Formats: sequence, structure tokens, C-alpha cells
Amino acid sequence: MSKVIEGLLYSESHEWVKVEGDIAVIGVSDFAQKEMGDITYVDAPEVEDEVTAGEEFGALESVKASSDLYSPVSGEVVEVNEALEDEPELINADAYGAWIIKVKMSDSSELDALMDAAAYQAMTEK
Amino acid sequence: MAGFSYFPHTEEDLRVMLDKIGVASLDDLYSDVPASFLFRGEYDLPDAMSEQQVRDFFESLAAKNTRLKVFVGAGAYDHYTPSVIPYITSRSEFLTAYTPYQAEISQGTLRYIFEYQSMICALTGMDVSNASLYDGPTAAAEAMKMALACTKKKTRVLLSRTLLPHVIRVVETYARFHGVELGYIDAKDGQTSLESLQASLAADNVAGIIVPALNRYGIIEDFTGFAEAVHARKGVVIEYCDPSALAVVKTPGEWDFDIAVGDGQPLGIPLSFGGPYVGFMACRKDYVRKMPGRIVGQTTDADGKRCYVLTLQAREQHIRREKATSNICSNESLMALYVTVYLSLMGPSGMKKVNCLSYAGAHYLHDELLKTGRFEEVFTKPFLKEFVLNPRVDIKTLQQKLQDGGFFAALATEEGYVSFCVTEKRSKEEIDALVALVKEV
Amino acid sequence: MKYYDKLIFELSKPGRCGYTLPENGYGRCVKELPAELCRQVPLPLPEVSEPDVVRHYTNLSQMNFGVDTGFYPLGSCTMKYNPKINEEVAAMPGFTALHPLQPGTDGACAVINGLDKALAAITGMAKFTFEPCAGAHGELTGLMLMRSYHMARGDAARTKVIVPDSAHGTNPASAAVCGLEVVEVKSNAQGLVDVEDLKPLLGPEIAGIMMTNPNTLGLFEKEIGEIAALVHACGGLLYYDGANMNPMLGVVRPGDMGFDIMHLNLHKTFSTPHGGGGPGSGPVGVAAHLVSLLPTIKVSGFHGNFGVMLRAYAYILMLGRQNVKLAGKYATVSANYIKESLKDVYKLPIPTVCKHEFVFDGLVNDGGEEGREGATTLDVAKRLLDFGFHAPTIYFPLLFHQALMIEPTETESLETIDAFIAVMRRIAEEAAADPSLLKSAPHCAPIRRPDETTAARQPVLQYRDTL
Repeated sequence: MSKVIEGLLYSESHEWVKVEGDIAVIGVSDFAQKEMGDITYVDAPEVEDEVTAGEEFGALESVKASSDLYSPVSGEVVEVNEALEDEPELINADAYGAWIIKVKMSDSSELDALMDAAAYQAMTEK
Repeated sequence: MAGFSYFPHTEEDLRVMLDKIGVASLDDLYSDVPASFLFRGEYDLPDAMSEQQVRDFFESLAAKNTRLKVFVGAGAYDHYTPSVIPYITSRSEFLTAYTPYQAEISQGTLRYIFEYQSMICALTGMDVSNASLYDGPTAAAEAMKMALACTKKKTRVLLSRTLLPHVIRVVETYARFHGVELGYIDAKDGQTSLESLQASLAADNVAGIIVPALNRYGIIEDFTGFAEAVHARKGVVIEYCDPSALAVVKTPGEWDFDIAVGDGQPLGIPLSFGGPYVGFMACRKDYVRKMPGRIVGQTTDADGKRCYVLTLQAREQHIRREKATSNICSNESLMALYVTVYLSLMGPSGMKKVNCLSYAGAHYLHDELLKTGRFEEVFTKPFLKEFVLNPRVDIKTLQQKLQDGGFFAALATEEGYVSFCVTEKRSKEEIDALVALVKEV
Repeated sequence: MKYYDKLIFELSKPGRCGYTLPENGYGRCVKELPAELCRQVPLPLPEVSEPDVVRHYTNLSQMNFGVDTGFYPLGSCTMKYNPKINEEVAAMPGFTALHPLQPGTDGACAVINGLDKALAAITGMAKFTFEPCAGAHGELTGLMLMRSYHMARGDAARTKVIVPDSAHGTNPASAAVCGLEVVEVKSNAQGLVDVEDLKPLLGPEIAGIMMTNPNTLGLFEKEIGEIAALVHACGGLLYYDGANMNPMLGVVRPGDMGFDIMHLNLHKTFSTPHGGGGPGSGPVGVAAHLVSLLPTIKVSGFHGNFGVMLRAYAYILMLGRQNVKLAGKYATVSANYIKESLKDVYKLPIPTVCKHEFVFDGLVNDGGEEGREGATTLDVAKRLLDFGFHAPTIYFPLLFHQALMIEPTETESLETIDAFIAVMRRIAEEAAADPSLLKSAPHCAPIRRPDETTAARQPVLQYRDTL
């Protein structure tokens, strides 16, 4: 069974968000990590790129699959987790520790559309 | 009734199979096809031939072609193919294999592709190569798309007007449908103009440029200042190269370029009326995940043995569908084996000698032709094995005279010049004979 | 097969060479070129003798499996026998020595024209272009023609193309390269294009539809008449992906089904060898109303893969009118025979009559139980290698999780097919008893399963990276 952490917000496309002021820290859930299997590459945006809620901002790759990443919020990318460039397996090891990007949110009301831990857990167990 | 030699099915075999399936006849297997679509006529094809008849038929067609001594390049070069190449490439384990998806029983294919990639990197001075593309012009078109992928938000790709015409035409076709805005860099004195490039870069929307190492006039281009100018605007430089020539001319790596493409045909692949050839592509490591086509990588198996696999497949169409870096699936794998065996045989010294012989023969022909008084020099820039001259005689008359004498030479260019090429396959005697004919025009 | 562990670079020794070249009697040399235009870095190619080269590549070849080695039931790839007369024809010096731009090529042009007429007869199309070098290249060329048709009529709004969810990955990828947006149409429970799902997708933005018929499940799209009428009525064109043309030889012509544009894979249907992934040839045929557009599309340097065209033409002439008509039916009977012989031990999601291929969805009993993982399609595929068979296509089409796609072709004998069935049944029994034997397979190949994850995470892509 996949791990879900209290206090984070979740999207239907399996990204999590940790809110730190006006910054959204974004990663993928443990469920998503398990579905992908061994992650071989993280295709992430660059700092200063704009992301839009519900739209792609990158992708995860495994040997035989590729899964697009969808941004839960809109805004500007202020930081990218560079450790993932050489060690994409960090996401397999700890999906909630291995954040992918940090976004300065342009509209924090977009967070209202996301699920809390209980709702997300219910969704993944369906 | 005797069967056909490629079909093992006997009447009895068919009966066994149909019984198991539970249908009465072969036609019953097509009962889901609406009757209105069933083809009930006879194909407008000849009756089956014996193998000897087929051989005779093609021999008679082959005899209808005129065997000429080739003194033209223009994208297809008559270099020598050593006997080892057809011998190795016709081994059925290589010839009749499919794409090496099952690595455990495809180590032969995977290993030579890895060697091929290594050799393309050696020639171009680039970090990574793919496993092959269709031909040189399509490789240039793929590189055009790749330039856009490597440089977000830029929309324009510039082509040098000195690129071979067939390369420009294919890139233009791809650009028209893919939605790429093309621009052109003018030529000055037979060479891509840095001033023209700089003027076009000012708009800041240029994703990349494509320039030729050896251009349509045979000239070895001088790219001093090109990489700096394009990189300053965050674009990429793509060089279209003759890979054989890279053994002696400055490499895309040395020019600090980003992507190298071209046709591997000069590396041991017969002319064969235009194909099959092999497109190659190599690039900087940073761009490997934007590269089209298959790539082979080294790894280990469950016992720790060194082995090879198709890798970085998440770029490709079978995984990423419409978001793939390219639609390419089948490539030109066997032709990459031609190249690999050729470069193994030639080694560094052979590659230098091939170029030296071609250079020497081409310069000898060039000078002898000028002496005839039938031509004027067009450019004074350095060339390797191919050159153009301005004819003072009627081109058609000249070409016919040469053809009647057994030569394919003096190809007319779009600019009204005539083009010649000499490889190591042409002897001094052949050149002298050609020049003697020219004197009669 | 034995394992041989060398790269050609590792045989290199300075001073060795594998070539002979004439003496340079001109008294001139590349050293005359300006140094700033010359290569200054070393050229790290191997230095090996001719016998070294021959033995090295012979050893490599012995770690490879080809159609001449054994049965190759790779779904959607049509791995039929590659006749040897084809190779002899393609190697005739009268063809191989021809420069693509030279005069005096009547014989070569007769080959192209003859093949064009033969393919037109077989498909019911009007004319073919031979420039495309592979199937996907043909798709792209065909879509370019589709867009050109609309643009020439001033109908610039048609920027979307419909592709079934069961299509090969090349279909959507080719559409994207051509600047078309992909609209997916769903398959119904029978594995066919869902006509009701298709109807609302049709409209003034639709350039056309790409279809493979029979589709990737090996099923004939029997509603094709209605689909063609609907797509044409909305102003779109129909594209036929000829990857699965083989079972239709002698039965149905794409032109008669209403298709406007199609490609053929000469390296599938017309017996030319795959060469470890190419060269192929993907000629594109069009209906009469599109013939005038053919010269407007330039997609490869010269005339396409002429050497492949020679082989395909030789094949058609060998078969002749009579035998071309048998190839498709023989392929189909073999596929159905395998399907019926194995459907009790492998899951058959769509039980109807198939054409050249069919898809199983994994084992009926994968041997999985509490604390023991069952055998997957990958495990079955790897175990097959131990018995001298190539694996089927696996994990495609994406409609099923454990897809195992089998295509026998018409050149396999009943004895070969029976041997394959026996091995497939044995593997099913092994899985049920203890999946670990399958999970550790192959046991008899030159290598065991490679570590693909490390290969992708830390790419080693050329010899220099290994030093």
C-alpha cells in the first residue's frame, strides 16, 4: 500500500504540493512512484519558466514508460531539484522527500481544487 | 498439385489447421469481410516465374543501364567498397534479424551499433550518436526539429544556401508541414557568409542553423566566428558533413558545434541508384534526450556480464506516441553495419589515405580541365574532392561527349556551373582519358 | 549461441590495417590544405587487420537471431522468409554501381515503374512514390499528402487527424511531425473502431483518419464501409497503414475499401530482410485524385531505397499472380491455428476469427499465489528464447496489460508451428508449477537479462565512455 502524508495537498494526476507561504513545493506521490517503477530520468523545467495549473511541466521516465507531470498550481518556477538530474532514483526511495520544483504561486486559490490526504487516499484505493 | 517454394503448406496441413479452427475453408476465415469488398478478380501481374527466369529478367534490366565511370558526387560518392563488407553484411544472422528488442539474442546487432555510434563520435568529435536515420537529408530535417526542441520558444531555423540542393529540398518539405519558419544564410565567394548570419540572428528567434562542412561547390567552409555568434543568441549549430572527409577536415566538435548530421554513404556503401544509404546524427551529451531514433547503451546482465541494450527509449514513438522526439521506427541498421565494417578496415591511416588520393586526383583533374581552356575557375577557396567550374562550352554537348566516352561527369548545377568529383577509385589514366575527351569539345 | 566479449576497438594495435589502396602518383596531398581548416585532433578508430575484422563480426553475428535461424512470431512485424534470389538481384553490379543522378538508367527506371504497377494492381491504388525509406516515413509522407490536398483546396482548418487507440505508436508520432493534432477514437468491446465514438469527432477540422486494417489486434475492421462514408462525408481522407497488409493479399484491396492514401512496408509484406532494424522501404500509394500531388513532396535525398525495391519486385515476380493470392490466406490460417491451440492456457480477450496475428493477455494460470509473484508476459517471452524461438511482440497493443502478440506468416510449416505450440504449452505448465524458472530465463542465451535501468540512468553510449 502506498504512503500518503498528512498536511500535503494532492492532485488527481498524483502530484503533491507542500505550501510554504506563497511557494508551492511540488513532487509526485508514493502511489505514482510505485506505478512508474524504477525512474530513470526526470524531465524538469528550468528556473524562471512559467507553469500553469493543470498543464504539463515535465515528465518522469522509466525504461518502458513515460508519464507527464501536471502542475497543480500556476506561477513561476523558482527552484529545481538538481539532485534528481543524477539520481532520479531518489523519487523511488522517498517520493515525499524528493521534491521536483518549487513554484511561486500567482493564484493561491488554485490550491482549493486539490485534495487533502484523506481524499487522495480514498481516490487511490478505488 | 506441387506447392510454391516459399510456402510449406500441403493440402493435408491445411486440412489439419482448418479442422482445429473449426472452419471448412480458407475463405471462411474472411467471413467478416463484407462481400462487396472481396477482391474476386485477377491481379494484373505476370504468371509466377522460375527463379532462373527472374534472374534473367533482372540481368536484362541491369544490362539496360549504362555503366559509367563516376566523376560526380553531389551527395553520393563513388568510394571503394572492400569485399569484406558485402561478405559480412550478407550474413543472415545480421541480414534477417529484426530490431534488437530482445537483447539476449540480439547482442550481435546491438554490439555493432554501439561500435557504429563510437565511430561516428570519433569522426565528428561529438559526445553521442544515435543508431542511424534514413539518409543525410532526412537527418538534416530531424536536426532542424531537434534545434527547436533544444531551444525553447525559438521558432526559426536558418539554412545556408551552400547546402546541397537535395538537402535543402527535404528540409523545406519537413519544415512546411512541421510549422518551422525557415530562413536562409547567403553565400559569399562560395562560402556561407558570417555577415549574413549575423544579420539574421539579430531578431533573436533563431533556434539553430544548418551549415555544410563541404558545400555544394565542394569547398571546405571556414566557420570562424559561427559558433560564438549562434551560441550568444542561445541557438544551436548543426553541421551537415561528409563523414569520410571528417578524417582530414576540421570536425564539428573542433568548431564547437552542437549537432552533426550527414549521410554515411561515402563510408563503404555502394551508390545503388540512391539507396539504401544511412543518415547519421551525433550531438553534445546535453541534447541526447532530444535526439531522434534508437540509441544503444552498454550495461551488464544478471550475471554481471558486459552487454548492450536499446536505451533512453522513453524518447521514442512506441512509448511517447505523439510526444516522441520523432516518428522514426525502422532505421538503416544494416547500412550502419556497412559503415562500421568499413571504418574498422580503414582505420585512421586508411581514412587519411582515401582523402589524400581523392584530394590529389580532384586537384589534378581541376588543373588539367582549366588547361583545356574549356572552363573558367569560379571560386578560389580550398576544396577536397569535389569542385565546380564555369563552362565555356555548351553543357549538353560536353555531357554527351563524356557519356559517349563512358564517363558520368560535368553535372550541371542550378547556378549554371558544372560539377566534378574524384574519389580514390578513379585512376590517373581515367582522368587523362576524360580530359582528352573534353579537348575534343 | 556462445558469448563473445570484445569490441573492435579492443582488438586494435597501432600499425595494423585492414585495407589496400593504390599508390598516390599525383604528387599532391591534403597537407596542402590550410591548417586552420584541417582536423587537428586524433581519429580514434580501431587499427585492425582484415582477418581480425572478419572474425570479429562473424563472432558477433553468432550472437544474433534471424529469420534464417528460427521461427520469429513477432506480431505486427511480418517476419517472413527472405528469399535468396532477392539478394542476388539487389547485388547485381548493373544496379549497385548506378549513381542516382547519372544518365542511362532505363533498366533501373523500369524496375521502379514495374514495381509501381505491381503494387497498384495489388492495392487498387493509382500510383506510388518510393521515396519513403520505412513505414513511419511512409505515414509521414502520406499525411503530408493529406494536408496538401486540403491546403490546395484552400481548406486550411483541417489540422486534426483521427487515430484509433489501438494504433502503432508511429501513427500519432507521424501526425505530430506533420503538424497535425491527434484525436483518438476508442475501440469497442470487439476490438474494433467504435463507430458511435467516431461520429461526434468528425467535422470541419478533421483532415482524415489513419487506419490499419486488419488492426493491431489482427481483426478486420468490418465497418470500414460505413467509416469511409462518414469520413468522406465530413470532407476528410482515409489513410491506410499497410503494416498489416499481408493477410489481405488476394482478399481485399485498400483502394476498394475507400482508402485515398496508403503505405506498404516492403520489408514486411514483400519479403525484404529487416537487417536488424532497416533498411526498409515504405512506398506511398494514392488514389487517382491525388496523383498530381506526389511530385510536390520531397522526403528523401534521391529515389528512396532502390536496393529494397529490387528485392520486393523480385519477390512479386517469383510469386506471380497465382501465389500472391495465397500468401495472405496461408498466414491467416496459421495464426488462427496457433490461437485455437493455445487459448486454453493463455487468455484470449477477443475470441473471434483473427487475420495474420492475434493477441493473448498473459497466462491463464501464471502460478502466482500468496507470497509468490506470478509469471508475466515478459517472463514467457524470455523463456521462449531458451527453446530457440524468438519472442512474440510484448506489451503491445496497449489495450491489454499483458499483451502477447503472435504473427506466424505464411512461410512457416505446420511442423514448426506445432513445435512452437508445444513449447508455449510447456512454458504455461512451468509457470503454473513454479514461476521462478521463467523469471530467471533465458538460461541458454549468450547473456541473461540486462540491467536496463542502469543503462538509462547512467548512459554509456560509446567506446570512449567505457574507458
